Amino acid sequence: MEMHEQQLRLDGNAAAGMFEDLFVHDVTSARGACAACGAVGEMGAQHLYMTPLSPGAVLRCTSCGGILMVIVHAGGRFRLALQGLVWLEMQDAAVAGSG
Amino acid sequence: MRSLDLAVPGWPGHRAGQHVDVRLTADDGYQTQRSYSIASAPSTDERLTLTVERLDDGEVSPYLAGELRAGDKLELRGPIGGYFVWEPAAGGPLLFVAGGSGICPLMAMLRLRQAAMSTVPARLLYSSRSLEDVIYRDELDRLGSTGSGVEVMLTLTREQPGTWNGLRRRIDSEMLHAVAWPPAEQPLIFVCGPTPLVETAANALVNLGHEPARIKTERFGPTGG
Repeated sequence: MEMHEQQLRLDGNAAAGMFEDLFVHDVTSARGACAACGAVGEMGAQHLYMTPLSPGAVLRCTSCGGILMVIVHAGGRFRLALQGLVWLEMQDAAVAGSG
Repeated sequence: MRSLDLAVPGWPGHRAGQHVDVRLTADDGYQTQRSYSIASAPSTDERLTLTVERLDDGEVSPYLAGELRAGDKLELRGPIGGYFVWEPAAGGPLLFVAGGSGICPLMAMLRLRQAAMSTVPARLLYSSRSLEDVIYRDELDRLGSTGSGVEVMLTLTREQPGTWNGLRRRIDSEMLHAVAWPPAEQPLIFVCGPTPLVETAANALVNLGHEPARIKTERFGPTGG
């Protein structure tokens, strides 16, 4: 069970392409706060559960395992559930890239 | 293992560590896609290099690693991802930990470091099954021996040449303790490879006292190639 879960685990970074379908900004470098434990981190560093042919992905907090985000892509729609994030902070694209 | 040198008209450039999605469409319209890390350093010449490991039961990699011919067209999306990236301004020292084809995005960072003439010290710990499985072997040999400020340490987990006097086991805490910069030097750490290797290395590095926020990971997982 433990091994099975570990083998399926990816980093939020692996969802970068899917995030780009949903957001204009790069979400993997965005920071967010977990609603369950309060931990703050970049989305790319969280645990992602997704397989190549699955209709979606689940992003879980690396600190407590709580669900941060659920993305489902099916039937010509995206559904994004964000109940596990208190906030999400992204770089202003007009300011990004100057560093 | 095959490196693909792609000309991409209109390519906006990438950051070292980013990936692209490669989409294949069959004659009947069936589409499938996979992500590949860009192995070349950022450049302005609208070119990039992908290194593809052939997975026999994969949907995409047998085509890219086998059937694809010079002149064929591919559908790419990218560059993607802004988390697992390194730029010279981020400094170091740098510790790279790679397993198998996890070397690819780290190679982009090492190549950028060279191209930008960065003097940030860098160490690479790279785990492969055998010497034949070491990707970019010649380039890594050169990098590690030219006084370039890069130290390359290979570990061969399954098969070693008779003359091998290097590491010969999977990456573990003891190995990382010996190879990694002391936590007090606050290295920037990038770990990329199969999920079990990444988790073992990242957990060991945290236990050795490294700040979790300075350890960036990219797990491959069961990607199905």
